[in-house]
Amino acid sequence: MSGATTTTRPTDAVVVRRRGSRDGTLLATSAAYAVLVVLAVVYVYPFLITVATSFKPDAEAAADPLSLVPDTFTTAAYSYLFSVSDFPLWFRNSVIVTLVVTAGRVFFNSLAGYALARLPFRGRGVVFALLVAVMAVPNVVLLIPKFLVINTLGIYDTFAGLILPLLTDAAGIFIMKNYFESIPVSVEEAARIDGAGVFRTFWSVVLPMARPALITIVILSFQGSWNELSHFIVASRSADLYTLTKGVAQLSAGGLGQGSQFPLKLAAAAVMTIPVAVLFFVFQRRIMSTAEGAEKG
Amino acid sequence: MSAVDPGPRRGGLHRRAGLAGWIFITPMLVILGVFLVVPVVMALWVSVSDWNGQGNPFAGGASFVGSTNYAELLTGGGLPQRDFATSLRNNGYYVLFVVPIQTALSLFLAVMVNRRVLRGRGFFRTAFYFPSVTSSVAITVLFLFLFTASGAVNRVLAVVSIDGPNWVNDPRGVLHIVLGALGVDEAPAALQAAPFLGLSWWQWLAGPSVAMCVFIIMAVFTTSGTFMLLFLAALQNVTGEVMEAAEVDGASGWQRFWHVTLPMLRPTVFTVLTLGLIGTWQLFDQIYVTGNAGGPGKTTLTPAFLSYSTSFNNQQWGRGAAIAFLLFAIIIVLTAVQRWTLRERGVPRRRRFWRGVTP
Repeated sequence: MSGATTTTRPTDAVVVRRRGSRDGTLLATSAAYAVLVVLAVVYVYPFLITVATSFKPDAEAAADPLSLVPDTFTTAAYSYLFSVSDFPLWFRNSVIVTLVVTAGRVFFNSLAGYALARLPFRGRGVVFALLVAVMAVPNVVLLIPKFLVINTLGIYDTFAGLILPLLTDAAGIFIMKNYFESIPVSVEEAARIDGAGVFRTFWSVVLPMARPALITIVILSFQGSWNELSHFIVASRSADLYTLTKGVAQLSAGGLGQGSQFPLKLAAAAVMTIPVAVLFFVFQRRIMSTAEGAEKG
Repeated sequence: MSAVDPGPRRGGLHRRAGLAGWIFITPMLVILGVFLVVPVVMALWVSVSDWNGQGNPFAGGASFVGSTNYAELLTGGGLPQRDFATSLRNNGYYVLFVVPIQTALSLFLAVMVNRRVLRGRGFFRTAFYFPSVTSSVAITVLFLFLFTASGAVNRVLAVVSIDGPNWVNDPRGVLHIVLGALGVDEAPAALQAAPFLGLSWWQWLAGPSVAMCVFIIMAVFTTSGTFMLLFLAALQNVTGEVMEAAEVDGASGWQRFWHVTLPMLRPTVFTVLTLGLIGTWQLFDQIYVTGNAGGPGKTTLTPAFLSYSTSFNNQQWGRGAAIAFLLFAIIIVLTAVQRWTLRERGVPRRRRFWRGVTP
């Protein structure tokens, strides 16, 4: 550890003891940058490849998978997706399911979360314990059972079958419950003294205060239902109800008939990523807020 | 206030809140009840029945067959047992590699990105987290492209003179390849026995296939960002004061990490391991998207996919449900074991003693 780089720092003359660690920090920082940059390239490059390849002809995609600039620029993959295939239909279905599921989760999760946080009712403890138990059941175990129930209820192969089972989720209820518990009770007391009923107090006083939690639910629900695959596989069969995940999975699994057609598949992957990516970048600071909290420079 | 408040009215308010509470949770109870609790009970029945997919399994469409479906998987000796054992082996190796690597990598990323002196932290966090928000379908499509025989990964490997394999089509187990390099190509006599679920030792010890390695890398790629965020949140609780105290005491960076940071991150390590264990035993989407039904050579067959295909493709609903419940049992047992082992080792001796003497 040479002291050459630190001689310009005024503090070093005073705090001799710390000089070693300062030097170490500088060296470690350079090393950290190097490692992080390499890792960032590894994490980001595949997505750049996705976009670049979607604009290449098939032959070039196979011959030169690494280059980010197509030699022959073509939008053939996109025009096939949007004018020949069922892609627009899948997109529409995904939008419908995602919007309804997200709206439903925001409403039902906050209702249940509020009741569990604030409304004392007989059996609350039992309901809460059941909720924890439900969270522990692995999703995959429920594939067959879900199909059985959906089939028995006569909503197999309908939008109801795709949407209803997703309308609420235990994790979302937990997030809402925790947030409601952090809001001071005095706020509600004031509203009740003014004569507001329970629902009124919840709807016009407490819910607006829970905006950060609601945004979290919106992000998680949107992302979750947009990216959902296994539930859609078991809840429907007909091609009219294919969502993006199911449609693109079928494309990938060889639904195209001939050739690997990677530009087409990657174009589909790129387009299906766009809505989540937009949401991600709009709410990025909030998603990262867990980590930004204590940042004081 | 309570002096002015008459008793009956208070009781009325309370009752009103109680009623409202039930009304508020009714949608949640109905949805989770109908689509989570009832299904589990139904599937439990199907797993001990011979339902063939025709008619209603509860209205005489199926009859009780006891533990037949389970026995077929555990002691049957036939193809169902072999397939189940193979899927357990494949998923087992997947868990064995993914869980430690993703935990270590996400912790590493969090510590790196949490450095106060680092510029562009926001960019790095975004870069590492982004794969976590994209769909497993899109990522799988991308990975199938990156890992084709002449794909991007093999091009990069070629730069350092490594002849990459035909990834997703290569059924060879990694341990078998290593042994092959040492001259062991066949099962030695000692490993020919089939002591457990009908697979020989040699087959159990194949290691993850080259194809499965692609899914292992994919899992680490997509989950490390999520877990990085969990670690980052926890790192915020490691206050600067504690760090400075350690620094003043002359602890090196590594010592500070090992003796100060890591112990304080214990609960998060715990959570990440548990979530990782539960998540990795459910590998399904990626296998489905690949479209080769767990190939090559069944080396990417997983219990979750086997359960699905047994039920929906082969109409063996009882057996499919039984696979799902066995998988459930495995997840519960392993999670319990993991929590138990870590908890035991987690309590410092002094505290354990102290706890022991306190009434």
